[in-house]
Amino acid sequence: MPSKLTIKDLHVSVGETPILRGVDLEMNQGEVHALMGPNGSGKSTLAYAIAGHPKYTVDGGSILLDGEDVLEMEPSDRARAGLFLAFQYPVTIPGVKVHDFLRHAISNVRNPDRKEGEELISMREFRKELRDRMSEQRIEPEFARRYLNDGFSGGEKKRMEILQLAMLKPKFAFLDETDSGLDTDAVNFVSESVRRLSTENEMGVLIITHHDRLLQYNVPSITHVMLGGRIVETGGAELAQELHTAGYEKIRERHPEAAVEQAEQEQVAGV
Amino acid sequence: MSTETKSQVDIGDYQYGFHDPEDKYTFKSRKGLDKEIVAQISEMKGEPDWMRQFRLDSLEIFESRPMPNWGGDMSELDFQDIFYYVRASDKQERDWDDVPDDIRKTYDRLGIPEAEKKYLAGVKAQYESEVVYGSLQEDLAKQGVLFTDTDSALKEHEEIFREYFGTVIPPGDNKFAALNSAVWSGGSFIYVPPGVEIEFPLQAYFRINSQNMGQFERTLIIVDEGAKVHYVEGCTAPTYTSDSLHSAVVEIIVKKRGRCRYTTIQNWSNNVYNLVTKRAMAYGDALMEWVDGNLGSGLTMKYPAVWLMEPGARGETLSIAFANTDQHQDAGAKMVHCAPNTSSRIISKSISKGGGRSSYRGLVKVNNDADRCKSNVVCDALILDPDSRSDTYPYIEIDDADVAIEHEATVSKIAEEQMFYLMSRGLTEAEASSMIVTGFIEPLVKELPMEYAVEMNRLIELQMEGSVG
Repeated sequence: MPSKLTIKDLHVSVGETPILRGVDLEMNQGEVHALMGPNGSGKSTLAYAIAGHPKYTVDGGSILLDGEDVLEMEPSDRARAGLFLAFQYPVTIPGVKVHDFLRHAISNVRNPDRKEGEELISMREFRKELRDRMSEQRIEPEFARRYLNDGFSGGEKKRMEILQLAMLKPKFAFLDETDSGLDTDAVNFVSESVRRLSTENEMGVLIITHHDRLLQYNVPSITHVMLGGRIVETGGAELAQELHTAGYEKIRERHPEAAVEQAEQEQVAGV
Repeated sequence: MSTETKSQVDIGDYQYGFHDPEDKYTFKSRKGLDKEIVAQISEMKGEPDWMRQFRLDSLEIFESRPMPNWGGDMSELDFQDIFYYVRASDKQERDWDDVPDDIRKTYDRLGIPEAEKKYLAGVKAQYESEVVYGSLQEDLAKQGVLFTDTDSALKEHEEIFREYFGTVIPPGDNKFAALNSAVWSGGSFIYVPPGVEIEFPLQAYFRINSQNMGQFERTLIIVDEGAKVHYVEGCTAPTYTSDSLHSAVVEIIVKKRGRCRYTTIQNWSNNVYNLVTKRAMAYGDALMEWVDGNLGSGLTMKYPAVWLMEPGARGETLSIAFANTDQHQDAGAKMVHCAPNTSSRIISKSISKGGGRSSYRGLVKVNNDADRCKSNVVCDALILDPDSRSDTYPYIEIDDADVAIEHEATVSKIAEEQMFYLMSRGLTEAEASSMIVTGFIEPLVKELPMEYAVEMNRLIELQMEGSVG
């Protein structure tokens, strides 16, 4: 049975500042969703809150994965349960080799009951799989031995995120501005990868983006628009299209209350 | 972050004491230190008069020197409550059942073979290495390499021994060097003849039938012109001991164009004061490298030094310190530029955790006629929780204007973003922090021989487990 992620009335703040003010979202495995909205509307916050970043405090609401309470889980357990966040700005971890990191990650995600210190997945299998996936992502084999994101270009970092997506095969992936900072060719390549991975693995994908390029390859079945910390509209692919051509003015007009909150948030964030 | 140390990895003295069972000492000194005991030690070892006198003179120096008032807290160190000389066979008398559980568990988790476990725990004093390493010994001997324990070297190679012994670190150097000079026993002696390059690392394992590491071991290495050696001592695995003081002296001479690398990993139990003097003299175009890893011990004070004696000499120290609960690592390096065109590099990485304290203490000294010297010092400290502490004490003394000295120091905490990133990929908090710590010291660990590197990483994992929360 396909999995289902249900977010209800989610309120999240960072420090004293409320960012999400009641988000409702429902996703099924295999669906492609687009999440759009102006800067500061709370898109990334939603992604971080789903992944369990400690800086994002959940003040109310719920996130359920097939009825299981995600908010009760540590970030590592969320990953093991099948949630994945592709970071907009992946961090550098000096001295940690891509290869070692990924072998640990995969051992845990594929054997969710694995305890610290227990066997990792077999080196030979892992190596082969990593080599194949890297070549699909057009990542040079030497990257396996490099330190995680250390000295990587923007594009290399993004490809590394997609590589992890390909290896970890989550049920639901949240791509936070994966297209930002990439040139057209790179965006096309990443988009195509995501499309293929989501089809092959029946992933549910939430694509957070300002642009429609990523969406040309990954035509969303559902488009959500965020404003002032809420999802104010949900529609089909045509909604993404409309936003791309017309911007958010009409959205603000249709949702004056959220627009005011959005303006406040922008002021706080200094957008 | 609260801290609970689950796997308190206890470390003992890694006494690879391969003593000869035929060589029966009939003596065990009483506790404490005086002329009688020092004279007895020398007598029991059947030493020549000059060594006996050297020991007695050293004792006087030791007694006349005040305790150092810097570094760490040594107020509980009682010199009269220590056995200064125990014949090797007495060390076997510990029962396996007396070895603390946590240490036995650590051995299991490091995957140490049964025979070696008992050896490390001091249950068994002899490690069955003769068969494996016998042929290597022969090869070395054919090339004229001398590799033996220091006591045997005094007996068998007295002339060369006497020429160098005590020349790099004289007894008057410091209180603990004087103590070692008075009561030393065991340690390694290596002489590599001109032009001989030993390609595999020499380890205590290779030596047989000799008492190696003890509380007061004394190591002397002479690398003749154009020769090359890499010596590895110590062990990442915890070795259990009830001895409370380890005070070693390591003297190294690297002649023109010679190369020497000395790798140590020490991992002592918390009851041990680890106070070691290590110094090398590097002559024209020679290279001396110290790779020094310190885990465990209540207090470690150790600053491997290179004196750059002639033009073109290079000195390098890579040091890693891990201070856990109730541990203070006061470690660093000294580089003394005595000649022009000499260069030195110090890289120090320290980790403090669970209330542990690590200090970098280093000296770069340039004498006044040492023109065009270069020195580069990089210290990185990682502090894992608010209870832990890290300090840096860089001393720079320059008597010459024409030099290039660089010093960089960073102190960091494990970044929340790095932790979250790794955890969001399914790693537990402990796995994530241990991976970040392992990554932090990776630039140094990769310099270690393979088996040490593997064990070192495993040990860090054990130290990190269940410790962050």
